[in-house]
Amino acid sequence: MKKFLNSTDDFLKESLQGFGAAHKDIISCHYNPNIITRSKATKKGKVVIISGGGSGHEPMHGGFVGYGMLDAACPGFVFSSPSPDQMIAASEKVEGGAGILFIVKNYSGDIMNFQMASEMITGASETVLINDDVAVEDSSYTTGRRGVAATVIVEKIVGSLAETGGSLKECKILGDKVNRNSGSMGVAFSSCTVPAAGKPTFKLGPDEMEFGVGIHGEPGRRRDKVQPAQEITNELLGAIIEDLKLENNGEILLFVNGMGGTPLTELYLLYDNAKKTLDNKNIKIARSLVGNYCTSLEMQGASLTITKLDQELKKHWDSPVHTAAMRWGL
Amino acid sequence: MITESILGTDFLIKNAKEIQVVIDNNAPEIEKLDQEIGDGDHIFNIQRGIKLVIELEPIIKHLSMSKALNQIAMKILSGIGGSSGALFGTLFMTMAKVSNIDDGIDYKKAINMFVDGVEAVKQRGKADVGEKTMMDVLIPVANCLKEGVEKDIDLKDLMRKTIETAEKGMLSTKNLLATKGRASFLGERSKGHIDPGARSSQLMIKTVCMSILNT
Repeated sequence: MKKFLNSTDDFLKESLQGFGAAHKDIISCHYNPNIITRSKATKKGKVVIISGGGSGHEPMHGGFVGYGMLDAACPGFVFSSPSPDQMIAASEKVEGGAGILFIVKNYSGDIMNFQMASEMITGASETVLINDDVAVEDSSYTTGRRGVAATVIVEKIVGSLAETGGSLKECKILGDKVNRNSGSMGVAFSSCTVPAAGKPTFKLGPDEMEFGVGIHGEPGRRRDKVQPAQEITNELLGAIIEDLKLENNGEILLFVNGMGGTPLTELYLLYDNAKKTLDNKNIKIARSLVGNYCTSLEMQGASLTITKLDQELKKHWDSPVHTAAMRWGL
Repeated sequence: MITESILGTDFLIKNAKEIQVVIDNNAPEIEKLDQEIGDGDHIFNIQRGIKLVIELEPIIKHLSMSKALNQIAMKILSGIGGSSGALFGTLFMTMAKVSNIDDGIDYKKAINMFVDGVEAVKQRGKADVGEKTMMDVLIPVANCLKEGVEKDIDLKDLMRKTIETAEKGMLSTKNLLATKGRASFLGERSKGHIDPGARSSQLMIKTVCMSILNT
């Protein structure tokens, strides 16, 4: 294992300390339990948006704390859900008096820990569950579709509504709507290595890819020989379009997300290939996002996310945001 | 028979220490099982959790049973994290809630606490028997203990029966298809391996039963 680290025990702590110091104008890191909050206090009467999950997906979620997005984030150990004491501490720190919206990705550990937290906190709370990964069948026989990159889109759009005075109920409804209208699928060229484990999570041959990979290196639909980018793009988009039942002339947001180990050059190449495919289908890309936002440590790979847009979603996507990882309109 | 002995917080610490030895001795096997169908971190989580509980000894030995169990629950929740933290935290938190436990605990009450705890874990994880999880051990064990209390079986006979039930449940996971937890993403590929969570729970239950048998 080659990583920038001193000891695996201090890996998360040192990373959080660096994050806190580098962005102290926007966020504050607190320890024992670990939470990241906005550096400015929440204004009274604002619905508070709290997200969290295992670490290793940076900039998600800490990088999305700030004006127009999250009020607080709870980072767990690498690829391990945060615990209820973190969510409780976060909700006490950023309480605005209008309720708390938790944004949770669909993994058993995250669901259980956020559920315990909402049982233990006093005051109103709602949860938006993200399950955009179309690679996994949603059936009662599995844990269900995983929550992946669309989490970024949900956090941006709901964050905007909360910032502009939306109620807890309205935020919950909008969050569910964005999730329902989003689909993602990813592909990996290499595994990632969890620091505490010290070895790659899974093995891939030099000419192989895992199609439909999850953001922790979970298996996807199948393992295959690496194909040309245009073919990979077409298959990813095909699965998403089928799932979302996208129609001609519809407007979408296209999000090309890097898994951490793929250069931006390749992500823009993917964007080009995706645009060609979508142009052919008369699907209009009205908004775009390209970059490493929902990563999987050093994994080489990328995911594509499509969100169906309407006026309401476009308005909240365009509104000002000021976080460590996203900043526009200010 | 079952209603005789009184259990205190020393019982918790003594068993935690015995469990630590057994889990450490079986760590390579559990880690290997988890690498086959999970993400390989189960053994580290369990070892970390047990260590944290044992470190609580100076604090909890002077506490009432309900407070001690709550301390253990909170420590496990925050110290392990993930699914294991939530599930084992729920187990201890629920045991702490059973009424009148601070007035003294006999084996009958202890069994009721465990049965309630397992039911809460089942609700929390939304998993039942047959889904290739630790519930394949915990639920049959809870049922066996409940039946033992109802039929007023001799405590030592009940412990021997419980050890057998736990082992049977653990072995049953081998040919099951995982439908809960990370292993569920493997689909058919999950078959043919014993569930690591079922194995670690079975070892813990066996240890506690053995320690009661040897007293």
